[in-house]
Amino acid sequence: MSLTSAHSVVAPSATSKRVAGTIIVLYALISIVPLLWIFATSFKTPPDSIAYPPKILFQPSLEGYCNLFSTRTRQTPEYINSLGPATGVCDETVRKRNMVIAGPSNFMPRFVNSLIIAFGSTFCAVFLGTLSAYGFSRFKVPLADDLLFFILSTRMMPPIAVAIPIYLMYRELGLSDTALGMILLYTAVNVSLAVWLLKGFIDEIPREYEEAAMIDGYTRLQAFWRTVLPQATTGIAATAIFCLIFAWNEYAFAALLTSGTAQTAPPFIPTIIGEGGQDWPAVAAGTTIFLVPILVFTILLRKQLLRGITFGAVRK
Amino acid sequence: MAEIRVEHLRKAFGDFVAVQDSNFVVGHGEFFVMLGPSGCGKTTTLRMIAGLELPTGGKILLGGEDVTMRRARERDIAFVFQLFALYPHMNVRKNIGFPLLAQGMPGAEIRTRVEETAKLLRIDHLLNKSVSGLAGGDRQRVALGRAIVRRPKCFLMDEPLGTLDTEFRDLMVHELRELHNRIHATTVYVTHDQMEAMSMADKIAVMNHGVIEQFGTPREIYDRPATMFVADFIGSPPMNFLGFGGGLSKGAREIVVQGAKVAVPEVREDIAPADMALGIRPEHIRFDDGSKLRGAIYGTEYLGTTQIVAVETSDGIIKARVPAEIRLNPGDHVGLSLSSARLSLFEKSSGRAVRTAIHDGVSQGRAQHG
Ligand SMILES: Nc1ncnc2c1ncn2[C@@H]1O[C@H](COP(=O)(O)OP(=O)(O)OP(=O)(O)O)[C@@H](O)[C@H]1O
Ligand SMILES: [Mg+2]
Repeated sequence: MSLTSAHSVVAPSATSKRVAGTIIVLYALISIVPLLWIFATSFKTPPDSIAYPPKILFQPSLEGYCNLFSTRTRQTPEYINSLGPATGVCDETVRKRNMVIAGPSNFMPRFVNSLIIAFGSTFCAVFLGTLSAYGFSRFKVPLADDLLFFILSTRMMPPIAVAIPIYLMYRELGLSDTALGMILLYTAVNVSLAVWLLKGFIDEIPREYEEAAMIDGYTRLQAFWRTVLPQATTGIAATAIFCLIFAWNEYAFAALLTSGTAQTAPPFIPTIIGEGGQDWPAVAAGTTIFLVPILVFTILLRKQLLRGITFGAVRK
Repeated sequence: MAEIRVEHLRKAFGDFVAVQDSNFVVGHGEFFVMLGPSGCGKTTTLRMIAGLELPTGGKILLGGEDVTMRRARERDIAFVFQLFALYPHMNVRKNIGFPLLAQGMPGAEIRTRVEETAKLLRIDHLLNKSVSGLAGGDRQRVALGRAIVRRPKCFLMDEPLGTLDTEFRDLMVHELRELHNRIHATTVYVTHDQMEAMSMADKIAVMNHGVIEQFGTPREIYDRPATMFVADFIGSPPMNFLGFGGGLSKGAREIVVQGAKVAVPEVREDIAPADMALGIRPEHIRFDDGSKLRGAIYGTEYLGTTQIVAVETSDGIIKARVPAEIRLNPGDHVGLSLSSARLSLFEKSSGRAVRTAIHDGVSQGRAQHG
């Protein structure tokens, strides 16, 4: 079997290459500057973070991270002096501002909520999506085209348009502010994307593979597991990352439906601002940490992601 | 190993009938070839035998057992696909051993069986290679290995040589037949290539538009085509047809074609007056100036030991295969003498062969349909 790769028939000229290169570099700069800004801010002290003109060079400090992970109380200098020596970097940093650490902040639990909800819903969406896509791809499903269109149509309005009915339903069902509720919601939103993306990938796998396995003594499910899945990994990885990015970044529903135990990081991070002055370094630190999982996941799966994005361009 | 019996098999996709009322028996250990043009229903028939498609009607018996509605995995059949369907994420060894794994065979036994099979196919040096780097012929051998490793009741092969280069093809035709002679597995082989069919088959079924036009040995099919379609599909160049009119009566031994009397095998049935055709294989024509059946040389095609000569007659061009030494020039008028004992007669409207002395002692091989 030969692999077709996407390529231009006409080789690009040197000028068009240079223009394209410039545009890409500019775009990359524009995208990356805010990220670098956030990253830098997370290591500034609160006064440095609001200094004008902004400081490009500054003395790095862990204050933002200390503040992010802790709650603090203000004390008199006499009281602080009466305490023993500082027990760590954070303790020391905080004492300089006449405060002592009172306990851990809510950031960690919120971050863990985000992980559970985003990965949980991604898993469910990809799992359901793979099975449905396989069904649509291989079986004569009555009204298959209408069903597929219906599934797609759920994406045609912004999900937030149904926020109020969902809010009311969730309240009735006791799903408000639960991880299960959020997983169900994100799964429902993502599964349509998953079905469509995966159907394309599975359609490309010749059915002879499963048929050969079924003739050789495997059940359909075993054949699917052993011959289709291994060949669909690229598609599954690409789909997973799209689902994960949506669930990870989702703000509106999270803000509306979660407030306490199941709150995710996106609605939590802005609340840091309020706690004791405008603590931009702590917000920046929260954002920086928030970016890490997606960054790692994307880097791990970048090949698949690239194929997922260019998918369609390489189809015959 | 087992006999395959197909009775009144039928498959419709909506309104379209892909296979109509097929009947044939593949004997124990026989190499059976289904031959026909593209879209005639060969693959569909094979997929029904395999259990990948359920028939609309009819029965399939495997070793006497009715398996018509059984699942593919319960039939103990091996299938070789045209595109081989080798699993790209497994190496050669895993590919060949895959069917054994399904049976829950212990690892050590799988190992020995896979190695035995690989030796038989002379691919033991490739066992640890990835299948994606293999040449066409080797991919084919791996696909065959996966089929024979399980020692199934029978093999089904769907144009397994279709994607190979001509060079590999000839080699594989030979290898396949040799393999068959060694393991004597009941085999159903699908192809649209008559040379493949003729050189490998014990029995051939010629299909057209979902209908088996003839079922028989390669010799029967070549010498006694049951229909004009078969006569035209088999042979290169195919059988020539010369039209003639009038009826035939039992015992007739002569017909009149283009004003010339032609001796034919004794007719064994009465045929009411209708448009008829006389079928002549190119190698059964000689040039004979004494013959009343005449034509003009139109062109020649030199083949080394023989040549194909196109002769223009009043009923169109017919092709003769004659020794290469004969010197001929375009435009020359020649008389055509036909080998009487080898001629076939057809009814033009139905395409059916008229029963004559050439059918003596054989049951006419046409499948029993309208
Ligand atoms: N699943 C299906 N749905 C509808 N029509 C089908 C289906 N499978 C096959 N057909 C039709 O049935 C006919 C016979 O198909 P089949 O694949 O058996 O032909 P074939 O003899 O194997 O031809 P080829 O030499 O091209 O492989 C074709 O006209 C095909 O379009
Ligand atoms: Mg076919």
